[in-house]
Amino acid sequence: MEIKYYIGLAVALFCIGIVGVLTRRKAIIIFMCVELMLNAVNLLLVAFSKMHAISPMGLAYPGIVSDAQMFVFFIMVVAAAEVSVGLAIIVMMYRNTHSTDVNFLNRLKN
Amino acid sequence: MNTTEIIFWFLSAIALVSAIMLVMAKNPVHSVLSLIVTFFAISGHYILLNAQFLAIVNIIVYAGAIMVLFLFVVMLMNLNASAEPQKNRFLQFAGFISGGCLFLVIIAALIRSDVATKSMDMAGGDFGLIGNLGKVLFTTYVVPFEISSVLFLSAMIGAVVIGKREKDLN
Repeated sequence: MEIKYYIGLAVALFCIGIVGVLTRRKAIIIFMCVELMLNAVNLLLVAFSKMHAISPMGLAYPGIVSDAQMFVFFIMVVAAAEVSVGLAIIVMMYRNTHSTDVNFLNRLKN
Repeated sequence: MNTTEIIFWFLSAIALVSAIMLVMAKNPVHSVLSLIVTFFAISGHYILLNAQFLAIVNIIVYAGAIMVLFLFVVMLMNLNASAEPQKNRFLQFAGFISGGCLFLVIIAALIRSDVATKSMDMAGGDFGLIGNLGKVLFTTYVVPFEISSVLFLSAMIGAVVIGKREKDLN
């Protein structure tokens, strides 16, 4: 199977996430779209590691697939830490403004 | 069309449709549920790519823990579908156009490159099993592993500090 189908799928998921970030106004939905973009990138990393398993570079260095999957694992670790802090920020924002509309957060503008 | 391609197209269709539903849904609970469906489809792709450990971690951590956390927050805040303020039509249209332009640019840049014509060996490989990955994680990557524990500790403390009710701020 060729790599270009996986590139197309990952880019499509990433762009759907970008459209969600740009068009929605609830902070929690924007945050979910960011998670979707992270997962699209993870999928592309795994697909490229699978591609390099049979390339000359991968045959010269057999640990390349395991290294790539560890990289994806650490991305998931950082994303989990990010989600906990981000949800705490959204809950605090809701407690202060009784809304999760991101347009309320423009106090830095003035 | 062999079995791998049929599974690939099936999972891709599920992932794309539920990702579009995530963006389009008015009710935030529906968005959370469709994002869970997307994560399950991506886990299926991981299994297809011989990354079994990552597939299980994706289901447990993302579809299990993180999305339940999202669902908790959505239900805690009682976000109604009718209360959502809309961006104006021009901004929504501009968002769609810019996302679509980014898609077209990346695809057009990659479709002619020689990376796109390379193929993958879908059959073999036990790289993604937990034995191999655990050996790599606790030998080569033991320092980042320990550092990530510190990261988790700081994230936990940060979440508690941010989530604490503060009196003197208001």
